[in-house]
Amino acid sequence: MSGTHSDEPSVLQHHFDNLGQQFEASALGMWVFLVTEVLFFGGLFTAYMVYRMTYPEAFAEASHQLNIVLGGTNTAVLIGSSLTMAMAVYAAQQGDRHKQVLFLVLTMVLGMVFLGVKSVEYSHKFAEGLVPGPNFRFEGDAIHAQLFFSLYFVMTGLHALHMIVGIGIMAVLTVFAWRGRYTSRYHTPVDVSGLYWHFVDIVWIFLFPLLYLIDRHGAVR
Amino acid sequence: MPQTQLLPEQASTMAPRVDALYFFLLAVAAFFTLLIAGLVIYFAFKYRRRSKNEAGVPIHGSIWLEATWTIIPIIIVLVIFGWSSSIFFSMARPPAKTLDVYVVGKQWMWKFQHPDGHMEVNELHVPVGVDVKLTMTSQDVIHDVYIPNFRLKADVLPGKYTHMWFKATKPGKYHLFCAEYCGTNHSGMVGWITVQERAEYEQWLAGSSGQGTTMAQAGEKLFKDLACSSCHQTDTIGRGPTLVGLYDNKVTLDNGSTVMADDAYLRESITNPRAKVVAGFQPVMPSFQGLVSEEGLLQILEYIKSLRTTPSNATGVVPPPAPAIPAKK
Amino acid sequence: MDTAATPHSNYLTDGYSLKSWLLTRDHKRIGLLYLFSVTAFFLLGAFFAGIIRLELLTPAGDLVSSDIYNRLFTMHGVVMIFFFLIPSIPSVLGNFLVPIMIGAKDLAFPRLNLLSWYLYTFGGLFTLWALVTGGVDTGWTFYTPYSSSFSNSNVALVIVGIFINGFSSILTGLNFIVTIHKMRAPGMTWFRMPLFVWAHYATSLIFVLGTPVIAITLLMVGAERVLHLGIFDPKLGGDPVLFQHLFWFYSHPAVYIMILPAMGVASELVAAFSRKAIFGYEFVAFSSLAIAVFGFLVWGHHMFVSSESVYSAMAFSLLSFLVAIPSAVKVFNWSATMYKGSISFEAPMLYVFGFIGLFMIGGLTGLFLAAIAVDVHVTDTYFVVAHFHYIMVGGAIMMYMGGLHFWWPKIFGKLYNEFWAQVAAVTIFVGFNLTFFPQFIVGYLGMPRRYHAYPPEFQLWNILSTAGATVLAVGYAMPAFYLLHSLFKGKRAPSNPWGAKGLEWETTSPPPTHNFETPPVVTEPPYNYAK
Repeated sequence: MSGTHSDEPSVLQHHFDNLGQQFEASALGMWVFLVTEVLFFGGLFTAYMVYRMTYPEAFAEASHQLNIVLGGTNTAVLIGSSLTMAMAVYAAQQGDRHKQVLFLVLTMVLGMVFLGVKSVEYSHKFAEGLVPGPNFRFEGDAIHAQLFFSLYFVMTGLHALHMIVGIGIMAVLTVFAWRGRYTSRYHTPVDVSGLYWHFVDIVWIFLFPLLYLIDRHGAVR
Repeated sequence: MPQTQLLPEQASTMAPRVDALYFFLLAVAAFFTLLIAGLVIYFAFKYRRRSKNEAGVPIHGSIWLEATWTIIPIIIVLVIFGWSSSIFFSMARPPAKTLDVYVVGKQWMWKFQHPDGHMEVNELHVPVGVDVKLTMTSQDVIHDVYIPNFRLKADVLPGKYTHMWFKATKPGKYHLFCAEYCGTNHSGMVGWITVQERAEYEQWLAGSSGQGTTMAQAGEKLFKDLACSSCHQTDTIGRGPTLVGLYDNKVTLDNGSTVMADDAYLRESITNPRAKVVAGFQPVMPSFQGLVSEEGLLQILEYIKSLRTTPSNATGVVPPPAPAIPAKK
Repeated sequence: MDTAATPHSNYLTDGYSLKSWLLTRDHKRIGLLYLFSVTAFFLLGAFFAGIIRLELLTPAGDLVSSDIYNRLFTMHGVVMIFFFLIPSIPSVLGNFLVPIMIGAKDLAFPRLNLLSWYLYTFGGLFTLWALVTGGVDTGWTFYTPYSSSFSNSNVALVIVGIFINGFSSILTGLNFIVTIHKMRAPGMTWFRMPLFVWAHYATSLIFVLGTPVIAITLLMVGAERVLHLGIFDPKLGGDPVLFQHLFWFYSHPAVYIMILPAMGVASELVAAFSRKAIFGYEFVAFSSLAIAVFGFLVWGHHMFVSSESVYSAMAFSLLSFLVAIPSAVKVFNWSATMYKGSISFEAPMLYVFGFIGLFMIGGLTGLFLAAIAVDVHVTDTYFVVAHFHYIMVGGAIMMYMGGLHFWWPKIFGKLYNEFWAQVAAVTIFVGFNLTFFPQFIVGYLGMPRRYHAYPPEFQLWNILSTAGATVLAVGYAMPAFYLLHSLFKGKRAPSNPWGAKGLEWETTSPPPTHNFETPPVVTEPPYNYAK
């Protein structure tokens, strides 16, 4: 079904009546998928919530080991990438091939910057002995700080995995956009991939304060 | 043993209450099963198809019928809910004065300690007609104490104390099962609860299996061996807070909050002292996680409990907490 | 009208190569791929069950070692739940029928649908690999810290297998939801949809909302086991009961994944063999949704003895009682549907009678378990084993069999031998009761589940149960013969052999590749038999 022509009959799959129906189905499909993603991360957030409420002090102390500057930078990078993604979708809707490619590439670059910063953070944690396991070193309630770092690595690791998948999707979109597959009449894949990208950003928007900003408002004991 | 019994013997105060509810549930279940089965069979016979192209009479539904068969079951389940919850409340709330027994589960055996120092493995002796409270923990995975004749069951969790209480009503030897799957020899993690008449029980207690030291005394010895006493002193304030009069009282922590010094708190303070630091003290105590066995922990707790009041003499030998065996049944 | 007399081109004749099957995007062919795979897993799971029952003939653990026994019941549970019961009706019958019933040419995402099957198969093969290289002994519930720190069996491999398979469930659910929302034929309003479709809609909601939670939970167990990241093990600071909460948040609704589609099948069959509209159609439809929603609020009733607080136990108890109500409403409505119907007794209807009886017993014994005081005594005993087998085997598999018989002529265009089908249905019913009813009794007597050896006073009931399992095995074996026989020697099926209503009966048997020769337009309410 995936012919390389960009005329309408080839992009309309046989079991849909028209492009409108096909677009609605794809968009709904992505929304439903994102709901499952919310529940997927929801399991982690629940575990986080339970342990943070049980061991608030250990979590606060452990949180202070994270680097707010790097985390904050990454937050800004991701918000920027959401903007470029939105621009890419807009360019696709306008049928502007060049801008589409430009913004998709920009989105990918920002995504990679994020991953780069994240890997720097990870390497710091390894160096500082903050990776759960036999080499874990922590002054204070070590066992529960370890719990915090277990969750930190699982949550940010899964988020990073989603970023990598997202960058892969962007790469495919870029190739197709370059070939001029997406027009003002047919740009469903760009739209729904945009939804996915925004979702991954939003997960980070929750992760950042939950992991980095515990107990930062008042005087730190 | 009788081969065709349908109910396990009732041997605790809970058993008849649980069975009564069980019979009510059986009656409800039987009634509805027979009602529906009867209707279905009757309809199937009465309205069987008589010609090839016959169709049923179009009936679309009835809001009244739907309401009826929604509301009546709701009422029935609410009755069951209330009844069952009231029994559950009794199960969950032990009486104030109990005979305490401490249980440690491990793959794949049960260890019981009596406050007077008796230790038993896979067998527990209790007197009839006395409220007994089990304080239970696990050394490894989740286990579960299950005594079918008492209709009681409770999970035994690692890193935590759970409780169960019962009052046996009939002398005898009853099954003790591990009811939470715990690995290879799960079905071998079984034992017996021996319920004895009071006199017989006293005789057993006096028997040779006792070691002459109470749990509290064993705990005190551990307390000294582990050098806890170098910081936690009974007469003055050392590097650590004194433990005299601590148990079941409020403790103020360094972050200003207060906690109740119960089993869970004391356990945490030994295995993970940095989690909650008492106000006015430095977090210098090392963790004793892994250095003291679960049985040892329970003995130390028993010792700390015995310090509820100032020790009566300098040797620190304290009478065990008042045994809850009432003078008369 | 009846085109069966002249051979026509249909989805089965549309290509015979292996490639035309393995790369097909036709939901009907994918349904058959699933039929083949879930049957294979059913046989495997049944084989494990057979050895378990043989072992339990005697009180001593003498047939296999404890280690092997623990692996057997774990693999029985894992295979039957994740690789048979959950995909059975939705992925086989649902895949085949949902698009046809709403007049669509296919599911919304045919490629994802094929991917679902590959994920399912891949996850299954992964699990089999784990089995061949040593098996797993944690029980299908994977309770921590046993699973994450103590067991030395292939836990991580099985977790990966289930994780992969989970995506298959999610994609199937997603596909159904979008298809039902966006692909209905002209005139197919929500309240003209067959109840089978409603049931699958409700099931899909659970697929989509529940499966990701078990996926992440098992992933955390894997992380703790392989990377030693402390999450659930108390030695690493974690709380093992948190695992149970997360696990049952999915695994209780998973029970409804198994039973809701079965209820959908029951609704279709009762209507067809009573030639009458379902009594209280809207109530049956909404009760499916109510079950799906309430099903997410009752997980705590699996933990009444796990040091749950008294009040949360009571809240979960109350909600568990309430979730029984929509199920009861369905049973009443099915019974009422038969009133003044025109009832015939072909094999699928016999399965319905069996289903109603067994589901009643399964559901009513659920009340015993919702009542905390009784649950404390019977949880983790054979009473629970009997209860959930009445729901899952007595409920879900009865209707899987019933549905398979009902739509067999549609799927393959062939009629099976009615006499043997009726004999099999009765045999299964008798064998089932003989197998599982004694387990209620031995459970109340106190026999714990997952016991390799047991006290001798429980033996009588175990012998009865094993005897019943033998009858049950014969019952399940029979369809394999007459159904396969029908494929080669069976009479050609007409479009509508039962005189039933529904779009699937208006197209040919088997249906053409695009389901309908001319796109259907719906002009009447469902189950419009009287006209």
